[in-house]
Formats: sequence, C-alpha cells, structure tokens
Amino acid sequence: MSVTTEQVESRVIETLASFGPDISQITRTATFEELDIDSLDLVELAQVVEDEYGVILKGEDMKQLKTVGDAIDLIVERAGK
Amino acid sequence: MREARSDGCALVTGASRGIGAAIARAVARDGWGVGVNYRSGRAGAEAVVAAIESEGGRALALPGDVADRLTPDSLFAALEEHFGCPVLVLVNNAGISDDDLTPSLSDDAWEAVIETDLTAAFRFTRRALKGMLRARRGRIVNVSSVVGLRANPGQANYAAAKAGLIALTRTAAVEVARRGITINAVAPGWIETDMTAGVATDLLSQVPARRAGTPEEVAACVRFLTSDEASYVTGAVLSVDGGLAA
Repeated sequence: MSVTTEQVESRVIETLASFGPDISQITRTATFEELDIDSLDLVELAQVVEDEYGVILKGEDMKQLKTVGDAIDLIVERAGK
Repeated sequence: MREARSDGCALVTGASRGIGAAIARAVARDGWGVGVNYRSGRAGAEAVVAAIESEGGRALALPGDVADRLTPDSLFAALEEHFGCPVLVLVNNAGISDDDLTPSLSDDAWEAVIETDLTAAFRFTRRALKGMLRARRGRIVNVSSVVGLRANPGQANYAAAKAGLIALTRTAAVEVARRGITINAVAPGWIETDMTAGVATDLLSQVPARRAGTPEEVAACVRFLTSDEASYVTGAVLSVDGGLAA
C-alpha cells in the first residue's frame, strides 16, 4: 500500500488533536512537549498508525520522536518499505 | 437485571465454574453481554450461559486456554463480532494452582502457574487496553488472592503469580488512569470452590469470620469494581477474605 506524506500528515494531526491540543498548534515543527502530548498519547498514535498503515512502531521508535514532523517522516518511510 | 448495554461487552476468563462463573453471572445482571471463557469445562460454561440467559441476560461461551499467547486476540475478535461492540469490561479470573513446598517445587509447576495466573493476565490486559484507550473508558479487574498478600506454605508459585498480579494492577492502573480506565484487583481468601475442595489448609482456622467465603461474595465486589459507580477507584486491592489479611 502506498501512502502519501499528505495523507499521513492529515491522519497524524487529526489523531493528535483528539488528545487535546488545538489543531492550529499542530504543525510539523511543533514538539510533542509543547503540545503536551505524553508517552501514553504516543502509544495510542502508534496503534492508529498500525491499524491504518500496517506500520509497527515500537516504544524505542517513539522515544526518538521529538516533533510532529519526525513522526510523519518515520511513518511514511516505514510504510514505503 | 438492568437494561441491556449496547456500548460495550464484558469478558470473564476462567468462567465455567467457581468464582469466575459467579462473576460472569453478576456482571451480566448489570446488562453487559458477557464472554464466558473456559479451557476444558465446556458443560460448565454452557450452564453459566444458560443461567445468564434464563435471567434475561446475554452471554457467549468462549473456548480458549488463556496461557496460549494467541488466545487474547481470538477471544476479543469473537466477542466483539458477536456483540457488535468493544470489550469495556475485562475480568482476569482464570487461574491454576500446583502446590508444593519450595525445596521440591518443580520448574514445570512454577512456569505453568506463572504463565496462566500472571502472564496471561498481562496479555489480556494489554489487548483490552487497545480498545479501552480508544473508548476513553474501561474496567479491568484482576482476581488475585490473599496469598499474594500473606504467606501460605506450599504455594510459592501461586503466591508469586498473585502478588505479581497486584503489582501489574497498580502499575497499569496509574498508566491509564487519565483515560477513564480503572484497573483494580480483588484478593479472595478461603472461598468454597472446586479449586479449594479437599485441600488441606490451616488457613480456615485463621479466618476471623470463622467461615469460608462464597463465590457470590467475591463476585459482588468484582461487580462493583466494574460498575460506573466505581469510577474513582483504581489501583486498589479489595480483600474479600473474612478478615484474613486484616
């Protein structure tokens, strides 16, 4: 399955918005810390990504992520393999 | 019997007899469609389903060995398909014991009890949390034991598993508390079931209530912990033991 960066970006932003932050704050350069996205939120994001794109993100993958853009790029990279 | 709930369903492991059967019946009275899991007690599980249905409730007998790592996915899929809603109540009740004094306790007895009584509960909890995190609510109750709180010679494996279950309960509870999910444990004492029948113990003489408990007395506590009313109780261990651990 091939997915575009735009599709992933839109899904990631939508999911993150469901955790609380205002959607206008969720940009590629925003950090999870700034958005008050915690480790449990990232576990949920990983589950959404697994269900939608078949990409399995482990805890250690998620720990490396600092910004929204990092997450989008990782998912697109893994989904393309 | 409360009105049938369509927002979610419940799963009770090891529910063909004893405490598990009583829990399945109690939870069904709250309106939940209940998965009655069993490993070998098919007739027992079917009798529990029939009893629930005769009271106007809904239930489904679900075969599966909880110690098999594929069982959580298959049971959740079957249950969610049957009732058409996510599992919002999980009761990890299935358990075995294989007693011996520690100097002669075999590796097999140790591993089997840890696998069924502790590891399986972890795997079912992990599986349940997927849907509960999405739903922003859920109830998990782990059936531990008084021997997880105080010593009972001959049960090092069972006690280690049941104490581990309490630690799992507390840790997972704080991890997901902000999502409206509660995880609690009950710690039954000496309860009259097939598992305890014929077992020689001096525990009974130490029970302040001077009698054994019934599966229904444990089930009533589990039912409370799975209820909407128990929304601010999490990470707790409720002793149901006639004062044995007090």
